[in-house]
Amino acid sequence: MSVNTTTTDARQAAASTTATGPAGAVKAVSLPEPAAASGNAKIMRTAGIALLIMGLTAPFMAGNFLIFQLTMMLIYGIAILGLNILTGINGQFSLGHGAFYAVGAYTAAIMMDQFGVGYLWTLPVAGIICFIVGFLFGLPALRLEGIYLALATFALAVVTPQLFKLSPFEHWTSGVMGIVISKPEAPLGLPLNPDQWLYFLTLAIGLVAYVCARNLVGSRTGRALMAIRDNPIAAGSMGVNTALFKSLAFGVSALYTGVAGALGAIVVQYISPDSFTFTLSVALVVGLVVGGVGWLPGALFGGAFIMFVPNIAEELSKGLSGAVYGAIMILMMYAIPTGLGGLLKAALTALSKRSKTG
Amino acid sequence: MQANTASAPPQLAVRDVVVRFGGIVALDGIAFDLHKGEILGLIGPNGAGKTTLFNCLSRLYTPASGDILYDGNSVLSRRPHDMPAIGIGRSFQNVALFQRMTVRDNIRVGAHAASRSDFFSDALHLPWVRRQEAAVDATVSELIDYLGLGAVADLPVEGLPFGTRKRVEIARALAIRPGVLLLDEPAGGLNHDEVGELGRLIKSIRDDRGVTILLVEHHMGLVMSISDKVVVLSFGRKIAEGTPAEVQQNPDVIAAYLGGPAE
Ligand SMILES: Nc1ncnc2c1ncn2[C@@H]1O[C@H](COP(=O)(O)OP(=O)(O)O)[C@@H](O)[C@H]1O
Ligand SMILES: [Mg+2]
Repeated sequence: MSVNTTTTDARQAAASTTATGPAGAVKAVSLPEPAAASGNAKIMRTAGIALLIMGLTAPFMAGNFLIFQLTMMLIYGIAILGLNILTGINGQFSLGHGAFYAVGAYTAAIMMDQFGVGYLWTLPVAGIICFIVGFLFGLPALRLEGIYLALATFALAVVTPQLFKLSPFEHWTSGVMGIVISKPEAPLGLPLNPDQWLYFLTLAIGLVAYVCARNLVGSRTGRALMAIRDNPIAAGSMGVNTALFKSLAFGVSALYTGVAGALGAIVVQYISPDSFTFTLSVALVVGLVVGGVGWLPGALFGGAFIMFVPNIAEELSKGLSGAVYGAIMILMMYAIPTGLGGLLKAALTALSKRSKTG
Repeated sequence: MQANTASAPPQLAVRDVVVRFGGIVALDGIAFDLHKGEILGLIGPNGAGKTTLFNCLSRLYTPASGDILYDGNSVLSRRPHDMPAIGIGRSFQNVALFQRMTVRDNIRVGAHAASRSDFFSDALHLPWVRRQEAAVDATVSELIDYLGLGAVADLPVEGLPFGTRKRVEIARALAIRPGVLLLDEPAGGLNHDEVGELGRLIKSIRDDRGVTILLVEHHMGLVMSISDKVVVLSFGRKIAEGTPAEVQQNPDVIAAYLGGPAE
């Protein structure tokens, strides 16, 4: 019964009269609770404001290349936020979010390159297209759980970049040649160079994305998603249409990642099928786990990790950068298996205990 | 057999329900009626088919034949997540809560079917969603008080004592505002005092909240003291039905419980 996991598995779980949580890979990842206690909320808010001030001033102190890197960090953060809604909140695993990132990027690039559409308009369109693609992918994925879902999404990540190379689409995608995009200038005569402008645009979109994700998690929808994660049979018996919500979670998750992909294309100014190898999907999962599965602000730290740590690894050893990156990842997992979110939670718990006793 | 059957049509009617799992017949033509305002005790040795019947009533299983009517309408075409809106709420034999969510959020999920929203409105936290959340919160707070869960309301469910979790499950089922509440062995794992408290609670749910109750339970003291009617299952068949006093004297029931003729 446990080996041959199929749709009947849910029924059988009910049959065995236990109806405990879902089986699958996601459970293996420990999910930190959001820091809840009120004193902790204050600390978190202060930290958030400090981060925001840093984020608002950084582009006036950094060089253009660092601004570009910070922008990419935010973009990865948005993509990881989307993955977190799927995995951390809804308990579905994806090794294929690079595919949605790629679809978002190609949507933006083709719209700008072929149809001369303004770059800002490409963002909502990329979001909507990725929502639809994600939702449609989520429908058959309903039948899969744990390792099987991981495999299906893995296949998605591997196949999607190949699709952009196919000759029927070459007219639009330029095949392996890729598409070059020109960098947008700051509008309305704002005294910002293009790098600064794209940074602030990304920051604004990232903030909206974060606030929406937070609202979602704290709402009826978010509770339904978490209920499915913790116990799909009980969620169904409480009236949650589990199939619909799981597909919608896939759609919304892909929407986030697709908008990130579109921003990425605009910021990098060039895309080709090889920009979106399977490595990208793995990087997003790494970012998710490092930040803390189920902890939304962790997306920012996950984005920073996958943006900067490979560079650090490269600096430590040119030839063995991949191995060094891997070693850093293993060390991270060993030191903080629940990610930064888990570490923070443990620290805050210890702090509030000490302030109570002291 | 007709002890409690009034002239009013039953709120819940189980009609000749048959369920098979491969070779075994888990339910073999079970039929009984549940009337509004009743507490019906469903008893029988382990493996008799009680949980299987509950899973049919909450549509996790589909009977091979027979029918289940709620207020006169068949529910067999409905899906599991339709049942709360129809009026059937349940608890699970081995507590099935949302472990990583707080007690309050667990109970809020019970109000899912009675409220509306969509991803878009929830993500933007639109005013109408906020008003609805306020209404849900009022319902949930009342249930937290009713079940004495105030002290643990904002703690995650995992790690709470078993008895507390059982009460959370009942609170969650009540948030559905069910017409009929299915309780699957709510006294299992509880100590003597807790069982007494549970008995008063179940009576109060019926008397004060007007909820009809179908109670599966092994604790005979509890079943016999609060049930209006008792149905006895053994190996998938109904072997007796009647008042607690009638059932207790039934020789078939005594035999079934002493591991009698069938084996
Ligand atoms: N999904 C299932 N697959 C196979 N057999 C099952 C399944 N569910 C229940 N059964 C069998 O049906 C019978 C009734 O089980 P159950 O309804 O759990 O009994 P009870 O709740 O009265 O103890 C048992 O023999 C049990 O093994
Ligand atoms: Mg049972």
